[in-house]
Amino acid sequence: MFGFGILSGIVFLPLVGVAFILALRGDDEASLRNARWAALITTLVDFLLTLVALSKFNFGSAAFQLVEQKSWFGSGLVYKMGVDGISMPFVVLTAFLMPICIAASWKSITLRVKEYLICFLVLETLMLGVFCALDLVLFYLFFEGGLIPMFLIIGIWGGKRRIYASFKFFLYTLLGSVLMLIAVMAMYGVAGTTDITVLLHTVFPSSMQKWLWLGFFASLAVKMPMWPVHTWLPDAHVEAPTAGSVILAGILLKMGGYGFLRFSLPMFPEASAYFAPLVFALSVIAIIYTSLVALVQEDMKKLIAYSSVAHMGFVTMGLFSMTEQGVQGAIFQMISHGLVSGALFLCVGVVYDRMHTREIAAYGGLVERMPVYAVIFLIFTMANIGLPGTSGFVGEFLTMLGTFRFNNWVAAFAAIGTILSAAYALYLYRRVIFGVLDKPALKNILDVSPREIAILAPLVVLTIYYGIHPGPILNGTAASVASLLDNYHTALAALHTAALH
Amino acid sequence: MTTSLSFALAHSLPELVLAIGALVLVLVGAIRGRARDVLTTEIAIGILGVAILIILLGAKSDAVIYNGAFVDDGFGRFFKVLAYSGSLVTLLMAQDFLHRAKLNKFEFPVLVLLSTLGMSMLISAAGLIALYLGLELMSLALYVVAAFHRDDAKASEAGLKYFVLGALSSGMLLYGASLLYGFSGTVSFAGIAAVLHGTPGLGVVFGLVFLFAGLAFKMSAVPFHMWTPDVYEGAPTPVTAFFASAPKLAAVAITVRVVMQAFPGITSQWQQIVIFISILSMILGSFAAIGQSNFKRLMAYSSIGHIGFALVGLAAGTQAGVASVLVYMSIYLVMTLGTFAAIMSMRVDGKAVEAISDLAGLARKDGVMAFFLAMMMFSLTGIPPLAGFFAKFAVFNAAVQAHLYGLAVIGFLASVVAAVYYLRIIKLMYFDEPAVTFDKAAPVLRAVLAVTGILVTFFFVYPAPVVEAATVAAKSLF
Repeated sequence: MFGFGILSGIVFLPLVGVAFILALRGDDEASLRNARWAALITTLVDFLLTLVALSKFNFGSAAFQLVEQKSWFGSGLVYKMGVDGISMPFVVLTAFLMPICIAASWKSITLRVKEYLICFLVLETLMLGVFCALDLVLFYLFFEGGLIPMFLIIGIWGGKRRIYASFKFFLYTLLGSVLMLIAVMAMYGVAGTTDITVLLHTVFPSSMQKWLWLGFFASLAVKMPMWPVHTWLPDAHVEAPTAGSVILAGILLKMGGYGFLRFSLPMFPEASAYFAPLVFALSVIAIIYTSLVALVQEDMKKLIAYSSVAHMGFVTMGLFSMTEQGVQGAIFQMISHGLVSGALFLCVGVVYDRMHTREIAAYGGLVERMPVYAVIFLIFTMANIGLPGTSGFVGEFLTMLGTFRFNNWVAAFAAIGTILSAAYALYLYRRVIFGVLDKPALKNILDVSPREIAILAPLVVLTIYYGIHPGPILNGTAASVASLLDNYHTALAALHTAALH
Repeated sequence: MTTSLSFALAHSLPELVLAIGALVLVLVGAIRGRARDVLTTEIAIGILGVAILIILLGAKSDAVIYNGAFVDDGFGRFFKVLAYSGSLVTLLMAQDFLHRAKLNKFEFPVLVLLSTLGMSMLISAAGLIALYLGLELMSLALYVVAAFHRDDAKASEAGLKYFVLGALSSGMLLYGASLLYGFSGTVSFAGIAAVLHGTPGLGVVFGLVFLFAGLAFKMSAVPFHMWTPDVYEGAPTPVTAFFASAPKLAAVAITVRVVMQAFPGITSQWQQIVIFISILSMILGSFAAIGQSNFKRLMAYSSIGHIGFALVGLAAGTQAGVASVLVYMSIYLVMTLGTFAAIMSMRVDGKAVEAISDLAGLARKDGVMAFFLAMMMFSLTGIPPLAGFFAKFAVFNAAVQAHLYGLAVIGFLASVVAAVYYLRIIKLMYFDEPAVTFDKAAPVLRAVLAVTGILVTFFFVYPAPVVEAATVAAKSLF
């Protein structure tokens, strides 16, 4: 339609759902139910559309595919969409998690339901846009635009300190992003365009590269989040409603890693090599320090939030190792973390909906009343630790392997982090699930309902499936990652020869 | 001579329409007296509409007329359309408010028309004398409307304050103009440009600084912003809306014209001043607004900040920079009018309220108004995909291309600070429990809010008309 391709369809379909919900009148139970169904169907159709796009996608090629382009602004800005092996998994992940989020909010959100659904649908459009955009300004538009719905989601439907958390989230991210925007403008000044496919082949002067890299780093490190700019994340996670946490952990954090892959590494190879030690240092600190912090948390969501920061440390470490295993592993780790941490937040949401507290001390002995829940929670806890056979193992193993080839010490420190992750995850599991069920409030707690099983089942299946058979994702990203690394090492080699002469 | 006279008249047709229209309205008003059925506002709106149509549909040829005092070019036409639209929408919104405040006197539309005529002359001024005439015509009318609610102590104070400080700034401007005349020997911008280049003498620099002081006052840029918060708060709200929109556009327009047409040879001199004013305005606008509880006062500081942002584009000193200022001011106009439509809709039991805390819980009482106001606030913050983002992007991009990285970094950091108070309004509307219930707003206010809200929200879909028009308009200055 109008010459737009399937990617535009995928990105903007949720807005059709928004229009439909806006058209619904009244606030009675029936119209709210219709709104929920409309949102669920929209997101499901969107997911099916991404599967259609996936079937058209040629994983053997490193080039951008399904590309569409329209003139938009004068002066070089274009509306350009396209995906490659790096962005495709994220598009599918986003579209996959959205229906789960809508379903997870089915009962727990009773206040201002329509606005809630609209926020999520708009957020879906913006998140998908981030991964599909092939123009830097267009990318920024989606990247930054996501702040608006997320700000509202945390602020309206959040917990007690929601206002503090929403402001912190918004201002932190905005502050990082504006520095990236200046870098974008400077890049425009050099290349005369913001078309990402052109910028990927533009060589930026080396003194400029470092500044540009830092500009992007300011934004991506906050989004990732990397230590020491991670402090917004625990607050945002704790206060956000369950589905908001799932989106935050599952997709929004991945934008940081995606940004490194799409911009920092290929566009500023020299600066990336120059700053790699800094990234390693921050990653190792994140892995060990935040794991230790996670150990002492009293709040379930906060614990998982800190564990997210630690897991993102593996991602940045793998990315900047600049080895095939490291980068592939980082992408895999991001996808896997999207599934696992999302699932863990959903698990917390299950008990929170029943008990309205996230305090670990308020639980104990749940296995007696909730055996099915205990099993599901166990699977995701193990995946979070990185037990072989779950998807968590593949990502952590590959990133460490890749890093080991680059720097033994960094890998060794990261390995300590995996031990710590086992410690805090099992400690959480023991305190919540095992022990004696002596809290009177827990005596009548019910096991997971069919709806909750329907929500968690696909995540269980995928976590184990990708743990045993990681091929689909790794093969899918292989061509693009190989080409990325190839360009990177060629650029560095060229620089090296230039320096010798 | 007759052909050249008709030629000149044809090129100043919008101004003629405004002048004659205003005079006729005075007569109508004087003859009909206090009769309530006088349609002066409607006629004034019609006159402004006709003037806009003349520019939009008329010939797009450039000409310098009236012995080099008046120029009709693309740049001027662009700003005139904006300024006229600002006045027109203000009049539309004012009617209901003034009626309720028993201020619906026929003089109001007349004064607005005369002030708009002054702006129009100011925008088209091609020499220092014409600049001063336009500026004074605009300001004299503004002094009166500021104190239009003469039984209200605050409004009278606002009017008096504005008048005294305005007279002072006019004096400084005149002093600067006289110095410039003395050192260049001419009052026409083109003549000054021909004389001044390289490193100018101290007298010229003094003249430049004084001229800028006068212009900065009209733009309400720091350090000549002191009148703004008090006048914004004290004046009746429609008057504040007027102050924040059309006159500000005219002042920015003439500043751009002066530096581009009279001082292209001494860029480094005025660039320093513009950067200085810009940085101070952005910082003060961002920090000072945080503590405000009165919405109009908050908007005063916000407008100071926005002038700072617009000047970032001017500081670049390039054609793209000027185009970005035009884009910025067009979007600023829409956001300002929309926000003031919302402020005028804040009414409890027939009484206008202005505290931002009155907005608490608005999202649940009036979702549409809350949504559009929230979009205005996000847009003023500069969050994509709203129009305000593209405005900021344009000016900062121009600055970065001119290698003014420091200015861009300071500006962006200021905009993050400014986000705090815009977000607070959204927080009040969406996160807090409802406090008061507003009366049903006048349909015209809701319409203005809705139209501006839609423009701001969906600007990204089709930005080409504004961007292209601004590019074409900027070209005419070079």
